[in-house]
Amino acid sequence: MTVQLNKSEMQHAIAERVAQELEGPCIVNLGIGIPTLVAEYMTEDNIYLHTENGLLGVTDVDDEAIDPNLVNAGKMPVGEAVGASFFNSSDSFAMIRGGHVDVAILGALQTDENGVIANWAVPGKNIMGVGGAMDLLVGAKKVFVTMSHTSKDGSSKLLKKCTYPITSTRQVDMIFTELAVFKVTDGQLKLVDLMPGVTIEEVREKTEAAFTE
Amino acid sequence: MSKIQQDITQALDCIKSGDTVLVGGFGLIGAPLTLIDGLTERDVNELTIVSNNLGESGKGLGILLNQNKIKKGIGSYFTSNRDVGDKYQNGEIELELLPQGTLAESLRAGGAGLGGYYTTTGVGTDLAIGKEEREIDGISYILEKAIRADVALIRAHKADTLGNLVYYKTARNFNPLMATAAKTVIVEVDEIVEAGELNPEEVVTPFIYIDTIVKAQQVLTKEGVVTV
Repeated sequence: MTVQLNKSEMQHAIAERVAQELEGPCIVNLGIGIPTLVAEYMTEDNIYLHTENGLLGVTDVDDEAIDPNLVNAGKMPVGEAVGASFFNSSDSFAMIRGGHVDVAILGALQTDENGVIANWAVPGKNIMGVGGAMDLLVGAKKVFVTMSHTSKDGSSKLLKKCTYPITSTRQVDMIFTELAVFKVTDGQLKLVDLMPGVTIEEVREKTEAAFTE
Repeated sequence: MSKIQQDITQALDCIKSGDTVLVGGFGLIGAPLTLIDGLTERDVNELTIVSNNLGESGKGLGILLNQNKIKKGIGSYFTSNRDVGDKYQNGEIELELLPQGTLAESLRAGGAGLGGYYTTTGVGTDLAIGKEEREIDGISYILEKAIRADVALIRAHKADTLGNLVYYKTARNFNPLMATAAKTVIVEVDEIVEAGELNPEEVVTPFIYIDTIVKAQQVLTKEGVVTV
């Protein structure tokens, strides 16, 4: 019998699974949403977090130590790790585009069967923000994507082709959902793990994109 | 002549209707809140504002937006102020969306006297439409133009009397770049010290870029924006 997780539990389960893929020493950039939760599950010491608004060496912060001028890309209060540094936005994105960030963990609205993602705009709505998503996709050595497997109406968000505007032509490296984990190799999705209690039949049923098992 | 100006309104005298103005900050963090507030008091309109966001609803640049003084916004993330969407829907504001790294690099290029640069960011996406694409050593890039402006309003932590600047934590963001990319640069700071008091090794923005220094009267605290 499958245990039904609520939304928050599901997000934490995804974040915990992503954290298992991180091996130090490495520099990781965390996007807004589920990616931010990954930090709670990182066990290795030599993983440094980069945030594009200008800090290398992000840690969490106690309530009493919150500084309104020390935040992450989601404008949430953070702390500074031992060995941290601050820099301007151009230097920060030079690190990103220049291939100096090892892993970017991003949220996505859709992924296609080649590992191309859409995460910044929805057709028919005003396009109001892109932030650093396009830069992270072209520049990070590896890109991990976290997303819910299906939309509210139950339709797959892992599609043959994205129907939303793509964020980059670059194919991501791994996709993590509440149902499964996929690796992308040579533009092909391969199922590498099922989340606890999930069957392969359920993944097949809820995935429009082609994948190998 | 001293660069220090006590009167905020007078400091902003250089801004005319129709100007392009760079405004530092990542949301309200590192935004020159005193200068923005001063600008809301001035009779200028049709401004083109270059800033990562247009403030938050009714805060920072959001006040200027609600006064209909902004003709066009150039930035990377307008989502943080829902009023921008409403104005855009009603045709009251033009918007130009740039990836955050492109916005930063275009300012850097503008300040460094370059016309533009080629970047991989955005290639093959809707934000590349209308931009020159070029292959260099087998990699596709798009041409992004530099950004230069009439005036920059920026925020730093400390200035010395010459205008050398140091910043504070993640309030640095776009400010040092904007300091280089406008004809007139006005900085607001928490503290002004004598020349010689800042360690030359730690100066982030050398005084060559700075025209006017004012003391911050509106600061971001845990409790929100307060007047000091």
